[in-house]
Amino acid sequence: MTLLEITIITMIRIAIIISVLLLTVSYLVYFERKISAWTQNRIGPNRVGWRGALQPFADVGKLLLKEDIIPSASNKSIHTLAPFITLVIAFSTYAVIPIGPNVTLFGYDIPLAVADVNIGILYVLALTSLGVYGITLAGWSSGSKYSLIGGIRSSAQMISYEVSMGFSIAGVVLVAGSLSPITIVESQYGWMWNAVLQPIGFITFAISAFAETNRLPFDLPEAEPELVGGYHTEYSSMKFASFFLAEYANMIIASALIVTLYLGGWQVPYIDKLGLGETLTVLIQIGSFFVKMGAVLFFFIWVRWSIPRFRYDQLMSLGWKVMFPLSLFNVVWVAVLIMLFNI
Amino acid sequence: MAVKRRKNDLNILEKLYIPEIAKGMALTLKNMFRPRVTMQYPEVKFDPPASYRGRPVLVEEPETGERCVACGLCSRVCPALAIEVQAAETDREKERYPEKFEINMIRCIFCGFCEEVCPEEAIVMSKDYELVYTNRQDAIYGKDKLLVPVEELQDRLDYLRNFK
Repeated sequence: MTLLEITIITMIRIAIIISVLLLTVSYLVYFERKISAWTQNRIGPNRVGWRGALQPFADVGKLLLKEDIIPSASNKSIHTLAPFITLVIAFSTYAVIPIGPNVTLFGYDIPLAVADVNIGILYVLALTSLGVYGITLAGWSSGSKYSLIGGIRSSAQMISYEVSMGFSIAGVVLVAGSLSPITIVESQYGWMWNAVLQPIGFITFAISAFAETNRLPFDLPEAEPELVGGYHTEYSSMKFASFFLAEYANMIIASALIVTLYLGGWQVPYIDKLGLGETLTVLIQIGSFFVKMGAVLFFFIWVRWSIPRFRYDQLMSLGWKVMFPLSLFNVVWVAVLIMLFNI
Repeated sequence: MAVKRRKNDLNILEKLYIPEIAKGMALTLKNMFRPRVTMQYPEVKFDPPASYRGRPVLVEEPETGERCVACGLCSRVCPALAIEVQAAETDREKERYPEKFEINMIRCIFCGFCEEVCPEEAIVMSKDYELVYTNRQDAIYGKDKLLVPVEELQDRLDYLRNFK
């Protein structure tokens, strides 16, 4: 492939991923509202478009028309920069996640991820830890006590939960013998999903993912009853919308990561025994990735509307006294499995 | 120092969180399939029971007109001072009638005292809850808006007979 061809193909992949991601984010907001309504025996948004299907666009339009207020006590440049840091990091994390096996199109061998990086998992970890900067800077630069407390909580929480997240991933990396997401997915052939091999790692990773995305039961940075709106108290208009978008984009990334690392990515067990054509197989595999992601996203929303928020000290003691030892134990467990069964 | 203990400390299973969380999640999942309680308001309207206290109205008999004899008790009892009555005399059997009867719907608090105090059952609370006005003048309801035929209020009148 020439450089031009590589550039064009990459650009197309980026465009597809970004547009899919943006659409999913907007509809995730819609489904969040719908599912919250269902759990409370309500109907949910149903006035804009068919059953409220155009609601996300109405929301965005409304937010764009709002006045953008910058508090006089704030540090203006950082206050403006913070939402975009959060947003850019949230979207760029998605680059390394494969949505399907390599496909051959028009004679090109194309991996279905924007970048096939051989240290993709490290890249994801690095970017998610950068994500805390957006929130902390937003909290600090707003010049408001609620925002500041929200930002501080967020950084403390993310740092504590990143530890157990990293150790849970260590188990996955041990099994796959690689840091590349594509290799990790390929290593989960058949029913050898990491969720089956290392259930403890799966649970600790899922819980850390909840904490990393600031979702309930770990949404202390924006705990409404105590902190008004947390780190985005002083934000309005499109800057507020950016935080909102980033939160949901992070949720999508967390679920994509859970699927890639633990639920076999695009792998469908025993699909090669069915004797389907190659194109059909690939399509089913891509579909299965999205179905799994949708299920995890539903779980995220379902948890949010079922479980109350943790107290701050409970959050910390859970992170350091429970999740951390459990994820360490998981690493040992995986090592023993590898020694005994040579997987 | 004595350690203060709760009456019911959590047992091992509850301390694990997981079973309790599963219970909560099962409850919300169950609720997702229950019937919805939301009413699609402008399309579907709420039909209130007879005990509902909507906007107060004057009862109008088919032949003799309003029942009100303009005694002014409702006006006296009204805690929000929403009712204004001016009496006048007629040749009819009841001799007195309200020349002017106005309820300021901005002031009205729907307490139902006027209905309770009325000796003639002439003012009752209706089922009408859609009160819209665009200026304060429109909010003062005169006799033209207050008089409602007796057959439309039969529900409320029966209710008052049984329970008042």
